[in-house]
Amino acid sequence: MSFGPHLLLASLEGLVMAAVLALMALGLSLVFGVMRIVNVAHGEFFMLGAVLAWFFSTMVSGNPALGFLLALALSPLVVGAIAFASERLVLRRLNYNPEATIVATIGLLYILQQAALTFFGPDARPVPPPFNYRVLLPWFGYSGYKLAVIGASLVLLAGTWLVLTRTRIGLVMRATQYDSETAQAFGIPVDRVYAGVFALGAMLAAVAAVLIVPIQQAHYLMGGDPLLLSFIVVIIGGLGSLRGTLVAALIIGLSDGIISMFFSPTLAKMLATLLVAMVLVFRPQGLFGAAAR
Amino acid sequence: MNGSNRAIPVWTLHIAVIAALWAAQYVLPDYHHGIIARVMVLACFAMGYNILFGYAGLLSLGHAMFFAAGLYGAGLPIYHFGWHVVPSFAFGIGCGALLALVIGLLALRTTGVAFMIVTLMFAQVGYLMTLWLGEWTRGDEGLTLSHSERIIESASVFIDLTNRDTRYGAAWLLLSVVLLITVVIARSPFGRVLVAIRENEERTRMLGFNTYANKLSAMVISGAISAAAGAAYVLLFGYMGATFAAIQYSILPLLWVLLGGAATTLGPLLGTLLMFYLAELSNDALNAWFPGANLSQIGIVGAALVLLVLFFPKGILGTIRERWLKWLP
Amino acid sequence: MAAVKPLLTTRNLSRSFGGLKAVDNVDLDVMPGEIRAIIGPNGAGKTTLVSLICGRIEPSSGQINFEGRDITRMPAHKRVGLGIAYTFQITSIYPNLSVFDNVALPVQRMSHARVSSRGLDASVMHALERVGLADEAGKTAGTLAYGHQRLLEVAMGLSLEPNLLILDEPTQGLSDGEIENFIKLVREIGERATVLLIEHNMDVVMQLAEQITVLNFGKVLAQGTPDAIRANVKVQDAYLGTGADD
Repeated sequence: MSFGPHLLLASLEGLVMAAVLALMALGLSLVFGVMRIVNVAHGEFFMLGAVLAWFFSTMVSGNPALGFLLALALSPLVVGAIAFASERLVLRRLNYNPEATIVATIGLLYILQQAALTFFGPDARPVPPPFNYRVLLPWFGYSGYKLAVIGASLVLLAGTWLVLTRTRIGLVMRATQYDSETAQAFGIPVDRVYAGVFALGAMLAAVAAVLIVPIQQAHYLMGGDPLLLSFIVVIIGGLGSLRGTLVAALIIGLSDGIISMFFSPTLAKMLATLLVAMVLVFRPQGLFGAAAR
Repeated sequence: MNGSNRAIPVWTLHIAVIAALWAAQYVLPDYHHGIIARVMVLACFAMGYNILFGYAGLLSLGHAMFFAAGLYGAGLPIYHFGWHVVPSFAFGIGCGALLALVIGLLALRTTGVAFMIVTLMFAQVGYLMTLWLGEWTRGDEGLTLSHSERIIESASVFIDLTNRDTRYGAAWLLLSVVLLITVVIARSPFGRVLVAIRENEERTRMLGFNTYANKLSAMVISGAISAAAGAAYVLLFGYMGATFAAIQYSILPLLWVLLGGAATTLGPLLGTLLMFYLAELSNDALNAWFPGANLSQIGIVGAALVLLVLFFPKGILGTIRERWLKWLP
Repeated sequence: MAAVKPLLTTRNLSRSFGGLKAVDNVDLDVMPGEIRAIIGPNGAGKTTLVSLICGRIEPSSGQINFEGRDITRMPAHKRVGLGIAYTFQITSIYPNLSVFDNVALPVQRMSHARVSSRGLDASVMHALERVGLADEAGKTAGTLAYGHQRLLEVAMGLSLEPNLLILDEPTQGLSDGEIENFIKLVREIGERATVLLIEHNMDVVMQLAEQITVLNFGKVLAQGTPDAIRANVKVQDAYLGTGADD
């Protein structure tokens, strides 16, 4: 394959990654935007989404699409419930103190990893995609499912955007993000909003995982890389900025796909991590976000 | 912390601890000998971390990079260039101090959560670099130093660091020096300024202290001590691998310091010691009760972190100091 | 005899936050030994002005001179070294440390030579005695009554042996008796140092101030002796109104 088509292939792979990354980063960004905390266990909610997807898919035999749909429906709910419980039991008791929360979510990360290791095991396990359709382009065939992932992600992102900007729940969330004290004075149950947002963030990560797991396999350590990438997206895009998150996800996804295909993935990760550290040091509002209130 | 009275109980306590650790080698069974030596070296790492986290109040999530700087800074020259033990040890410490200076100049431009993430990211870059330079470091697999490479030899001196007793003695010596340095810092004007910065940085600035310079100094000292621990580790235990640069080794000193008591001189040692045994005992017990559950120590570390931060944030010695022994440094 | 030079001058000092001009071309001349009060309605820019002087925030434009030196670009901690001390509008002490340790810090800062621990103790207790907190030296600072916390902050400022002591609403939260003592203390301080005082309590201002600067919307509205200010129509309109306290 010559360079052009190779680049196209890399770009498509990058778009798939960007699609999944956007969902996951959105979850992280919402949690930080509304609750002002950093959830280091976010990658483990992703991993749980994938692991649970495997469980649900194995419960149904026959058409893999059924198993997949079951996973898509149930996996985010279970992960959301776990996140909700963590928020109530741990994070609320810490009063969302930034340092204590980070330490607590690190602990949560390890606990979830151990749980996956115990109940799922150390091996990577595949989940069959719901359909096997190949789109035939002039230079190569491409998985239809992967294209569907991009589509699904766009739908979910649009849906989330609609909820945030057009519904009452979204308004409540944005009000709490803007000024939680005033929101409370207006009768908004900030406590419940926090719990809901935390659960929503986890569910977005879980959905992203269910979408990606037929392409990648489920493994108890799979949360680390996506976590790092989500961090990078959110920091570069500007914490709390939806548009920034999407644009950054696109950039990071595409460049990671392209760099990984042409250069060493380790080098790609190294440069990305270094870049994001420098952005935090020199331009903390990211490339798109407004400066912190 | 009321002035410099209570000097006598403070120094007596610390000398007693140091003496007890020396005496322990004569009563410890073989198996525990090696563990305590390891604990002592890692406790130095924890003490280095404590200077920045406990006293200055800066939560770094990337201290593994300083430990690794010492580890590789001492180990690689020996392995690849045939350096001797003592200059390599010094070089390892120097690498850590220099790295801490550079990271500090960058990271101290941020505060709070941003500082935590920036240190995390820089450490991650460090870890990836040890993998990327795999030709030199052999990445995760690591490198081992041979027996002869770990001997200090000169006209009048022959010290074999692979010898069980010598190794214990060397670890003990490092621990004693670092512990005494920590006590001196904690009771010094510099130490008081660090605590003031932790408690109320703006106020401290408006009292005329250059808070940036003080934080940077704390960072360099912290990095140098952590690197000393890393350098000692490769010299005494003969192994350097990328796992020591990975994120677990940034979380573990945090855990040890939290457990033992942040901003106490003896807390890090206590925390490291307890966690080692606690983790091992519970791991053995749990694996006996639930074989096949693949129970590794990560679950215990995770649970310990959550419980500590929820119910016991001052740690053991921190709580003791608050309730009963107010003079504990 | 040579004319006495001002201790502190500002020229065209301004600071904007986004579109809002919090401090607008303020010119100030404070003579050594003076007790100068800065008054004005809420939001007039008083705290912003003194924050610019002590270095907590940077000016958008203009110049600040202290003892003849241009300190406009000097970082805050260096200004403290020159002799400017600031007490915060919202009390800023070390709540988890003891009262003693709170004052020990600035005393330690001023001890250029290695002072013995006994010397340190004596200086700390002396500062605490001046504000009347000697009995509470062992208490944890955060457990003090609010008024006493403010006095602690003044003690910390005094320990810096300042040439210019800036007090930002120091009597807020103090009882009448405590205010009486406070007025005596400031008069005493004023004998050796220059005092810049932001106050809302007009009684305190009229009793203490030798000169008053009135700010409104970031600009200097009027400047003069207490009597002149009391008689000034513009000031009456903008601020003193019926004479009720806010």
